[in-house]
Amino acid sequence: MFDLYREGSSFLHRLPPGVKLLSLAICGTVLFLLDSIVIMLAFLVTTVGLYLAVGFSLRTAWAQLRPAAWILAILFVAQVVLNSWETAVFIIARFAGLLLLAGLLTLTTRASDMIEAMERGFWVLRYVGVSPAKVSLALSLALRFIPVLATVTNEVREAQKVRGLDRSIIAVAIPVVVRMLRMSDDISDAIDARGYAPR
Amino acid sequence: MSTRDIVYIALFAALTAALGLFPPITLPAIGVPITAQSMGVMLAGALAGSKRGGLALLLFIVLVAIGLPLLSGGRGGFGIFLGPSGGFLLSWPIAAFLIGWLFEKHKGEPTLPLALVYLAVGGIGLVYLIGVPWIAFAAELSLTQAFTGSIGFVPGDLIKVVLAALVARGVRRAYPAL
Repeated sequence: MFDLYREGSSFLHRLPPGVKLLSLAICGTVLFLLDSIVIMLAFLVTTVGLYLAVGFSLRTAWAQLRPAAWILAILFVAQVVLNSWETAVFIIARFAGLLLLAGLLTLTTRASDMIEAMERGFWVLRYVGVSPAKVSLALSLALRFIPVLATVTNEVREAQKVRGLDRSIIAVAIPVVVRMLRMSDDISDAIDARGYAPR
Repeated sequence: MSTRDIVYIALFAALTAALGLFPPITLPAIGVPITAQSMGVMLAGALAGSKRGGLALLLFIVLVAIGLPLLSGGRGGFGIFLGPSGGFLLSWPIAAFLIGWLFEKHKGEPTLPLALVYLAVGGIGLVYLIGVPWIAFAAELSLTQAFTGSIGFVPGDLIKVVLAALVARGVRRAYPAL
């Protein structure tokens, strides 16, 4: 399974995924209700401390922020110009802390465990008339389709190269989608033919 | 929900993920990176319809939240929703639903100009309607400031609307059984 998980045996690695998700949701909500720069900076420092506590390096922590770094930089400058530098520090500390905390969840939890935890939570869906088995089926199918799509795209690009069309998005996308739709119909026929009826 | 519906939902969630694998193109005139990913929203709505398209994007968002690096640039994990662009992502299922709903009002397919309007309303209008206030709230900016900061993405979005309309049209003609 390709995910962002990092091996480890710390207390965070051992915590059930559901507990981690819930804590993150609570932290995220509370932080948007608080309005104190001291708390925000304390939260940021604590989160970085957690990285070191579970055996990650500061470089790993920075890697979580890098994709968002330029957005944060632009925001910082905008806030300094438009409001004040205190607001700027407050906003960036809050974003950085939340991104790091969410990164911690992703790094210490296998995607497969997360899916399992979610599937256990799917029974709740019954009350809104959704079949948990169907959700699970869609989830596993989507994960299986991603590598298949990559393969089909490469095949179509090879074929279009001969016609000099491999750089054209439209000439590649249409055959890819059509082939995938045909495959989807075959798969659903195969599932139905075997009498699989998720409740 | 028939089996076929479930498979289609999975397919369009996967298609949105696959579109994120394409490297972003930066137009020198604007300097903003354009990713192909939001075309997945438009195609899901235009081809799979309101219910299936909306659920496909919901499934995609769940896969991202689980921690799979499916967003363009290999990003993933729960932090994405807490960042400044979280609102744009969360608007995607609703946008796909709206596009599908508009397309379903026609027997067969809408004319090309209408399809362009529908894709722009759902794929740009609604997405900004949810995404921009989110930036404003999360980054403590005014709505105007947040909108000015996002306006650079609109030209790229318009290109994607045209591409998505042409692709959806081509697929429907090649695969009438949709």
